[in-house]
Amino acid sequence: MIRGAIQELFERRDLLYTIAWREIKVKYKQSVMGMLWAVLMPLAIVCSGMIVRFALASVSGKKVELDDLTSVAVKSVPWAFFVSALRFGTTSLINNAHLVTKIYLPRLIFPLASVSSQLLDFSIASAGVTIFLLVSRDWAFSVELLWLPLLLATLILLATALAILFSAASLFLRDVKFLVDVFLTFAIFFTPVLYDVSLFGKLAPLLLANPVSPLLEGIAAVVIHHQSPELPWVAYSIAISVSLFAFALAAFKRLEPLFAESI
Amino acid sequence: MVDDVLRVDGVYKKFRRGELYGSLRDLVPAMVGRVVRGKKPEDQLDQRDFWALQNVSFDVKRGEAFAIIGGNGAGKSTLLKLLTGIMRPTQGAIRVAGRVSALIEVSAGFHPDLTGRENVYLNGAILGMRREEIRQRFDAIVAFSGLEEFIDTPVKRYSSGMFARLGFSVAAHVDPDVLLVDEVLSVGDYMFQRKCVERMNAVIAAGSTVIFVSHNLRAVANLCQRSLLLERGKVQMIGPTEEVIHTYYERGQQARPIEADRGVAITEVVAHDETGRRVEIDSDSKLCITARARANTRHEDMTLVIQIVDEHQYAIFDTCTQRLGAGALTLDAGETLEVTFELDLALGEGTYHVNAFLHRYLTDRRFDSVSHAATFFVTGAHELRGVANLHPRLTMCKIGSGKSDVEGGLE
Repeated sequence: MIRGAIQELFERRDLLYTIAWREIKVKYKQSVMGMLWAVLMPLAIVCSGMIVRFALASVSGKKVELDDLTSVAVKSVPWAFFVSALRFGTTSLINNAHLVTKIYLPRLIFPLASVSSQLLDFSIASAGVTIFLLVSRDWAFSVELLWLPLLLATLILLATALAILFSAASLFLRDVKFLVDVFLTFAIFFTPVLYDVSLFGKLAPLLLANPVSPLLEGIAAVVIHHQSPELPWVAYSIAISVSLFAFALAAFKRLEPLFAESI
Repeated sequence: MVDDVLRVDGVYKKFRRGELYGSLRDLVPAMVGRVVRGKKPEDQLDQRDFWALQNVSFDVKRGEAFAIIGGNGAGKSTLLKLLTGIMRPTQGAIRVAGRVSALIEVSAGFHPDLTGRENVYLNGAILGMRREEIRQRFDAIVAFSGLEEFIDTPVKRYSSGMFARLGFSVAAHVDPDVLLVDEVLSVGDYMFQRKCVERMNAVIAAGSTVIFVSHNLRAVANLCQRSLLLERGKVQMIGPTEEVIHTYYERGQQARPIEADRGVAITEVVAHDETGRRVEIDSDSKLCITARARANTRHEDMTLVIQIVDEHQYAIFDTCTQRLGAGALTLDAGETLEVTFELDLALGEGTYHVNAFLHRYLTDRRFDSVSHAATFFVTGAHELRGVANLHPRLTMCKIGSGKSDVEGGLE
C-alpha cells in the first residue's frame, strides 16, 4: 500500500510542485513585504530569544557571550520552520476541502506541499543566518558541518510525518487543529530553542526525549562549536522520525477513502 | 473481457444522515461501543444509515459513449464520485483501465487570488496534466476559452461565466482514457456550448471512453449509444439510449400517491396521442394531456391549469378548465377527477414538458403544482425548425410565363 502511494506521488510530482508553488504564491499575494516575511518571522523569534538570554545572564550575573546569541539564531530558524510546517500541514486538508471532495488526486500531496512551501521560507531564513554568522565571527568550514544535512533531513522528515498525521486527524476531528495550536504555543518551553540543554544539568535527558531537541542541539553544536552531535540522541531522533513517518503514511492511506465523506 | 475499460461490479454505497458525531457526549459512547461490541458488519444498516447505491453493475467498452440517466437523488453524483475514486464503495468493486478524468466541478481547482494564466497551470496539474503538456497546450486552452485579454487578471475579478469557461477549457484539453462528464454542457452562452459539444464529439471520435451524466437528454441521446437508468440508487435498466430515455419519461408519468396530510393533489399527468402512446408523439397525431386530481377532504372552487414549456423552460402554451368554460370544480373527500385536454399538435420537433397546477377558481392561490409532470418528444416534423408548427405549404411560380410551375403542400 505504501509503495503504491509513493509510486502515485512520483507520477503526480508535477502536481506536488504546482500545489507547493500555489501555497507560496498565494501566501505573499497582496502583501507589500512579500518574501521578506520569510526572514522577519524567524527574526522575531531570534530577537525574543536574545532578550531572554540577556535577562537570564543579568539574573545569574554572567556575561552574555556571542556564542549564546548565535546559538539562539541558529536554533530559532529550524524551529520556526518546524512550527509553521506543522501549523500549515495540519490544516492543509481542511483548507482544500473543495478539492478533497470534488476531484480525485493523491491527498498526501496537500500536507507534503505545505511542508515543501515552508521549506522555501526556511532556506531564505537560513541564508540570512549564514550571512549573519559570516559577518559576526570569523567562521571557518569544519568536518563536523557534514552532519548538518543529516540533522536537517531528520527534522524535515519528522515535521512531514507529523503534518501527515495531524492533517488526516483534524479532518475527522477539528479538535486536533486546536490541540496542535496549543501544543505548538507551549512547545517552545520544552524545546531548547531559547536556551541550551546543558542548563538543566541532570534533567537534560528529560528534555532530550523530545525528538526535536537532539536535532536542534546537534545543529548548534555542529555549526557553532564545531563539535559532533551527541550521536545516541541523534540516532534516537532518527529512529523516532523514521518510524513515525512510516506509521503516518500507513495511517493516512488507510483513512484516505473516508476523507470525502467525513470532511 | 479485454475490451472493458470500466467495470462496476455489485457496488453498494452507504451514507449516514445527520452529523457524524454531534458532541463529545455521543462520541465517547460510540467509541466505547465499537471497542466492546466490535465493528458492525458493513452490509447492515444502522437506523441513521441509508443506501445511496444498491447493487449497481455495468461495464463500458473502450471507445464507447455511455450515459447515466436519472432524476434528482437517484444516486448519479455518488456513482460518479465512486468512479473517479473520490469515495470508495461500501461493497463491490470498480475497475478502471487507465487514467480517469472528470469534467465535474471543472473550476474547483481555481484559486481566486491567482491569475488566469497561473490557474491554467494549477488546474491542469490538478486534472492530471504534466507541466510540459500544459505549456504545449496553453495557447489552445486560452483560445478555446476566449479569454486572451484577461488571462493575466486574477480570477476573483472574473464573472462566473468566465470562471466556468476557463475551467471547462482546461478540462477539455486533458486526454484521459475515461472521461466523466457531469452537466458541464450547460456552461456559457450558446456559441460556447456548441464548441463544447463539438469538442465532446471530437473526444469520442478520437477513441476516448466518455461517461455522461446530464439532464440535457437530447444532448445525451445524440452523443451516447448506450445508457443506464438509475432510480433511488438501483439500476432500472441498461440499454440503447432512446429506449432508456423513453422508459425514464414513462416512469416519470406514473401516478404519485397523495400524502395523507394533503387536502387535494394532482396525482397523475400523462401526455399521449389518441392511441394512448406516450413519450414519443408523432407530429401528425393529436396530443392528449390527461390529469388526475384526488381530494382527501372536500374542496370547492378549483381550476386545473396545464402549461407546456420547451427545453428552456419557456412557457409556450397554457390553458385551464375555467378558461375552457368548465366552471368551478368541486371534489368531495375520496373523489378523483380525471380531465383530458385534447390539443392539435402544432409543435416542432423537440422535447417538451407539461406543468400542472390546481388553482382556486379565478385567483392564483395554488392547491398543488407539479412541474415537469410529463415529458414528451415531438417527432416526424423534419421539414421545420423551432417550437411552432405552422403547417407550411409551398406555392411557387415563375413570373412572366403566366402559369404556375409548381404547386404543392406539405402537411
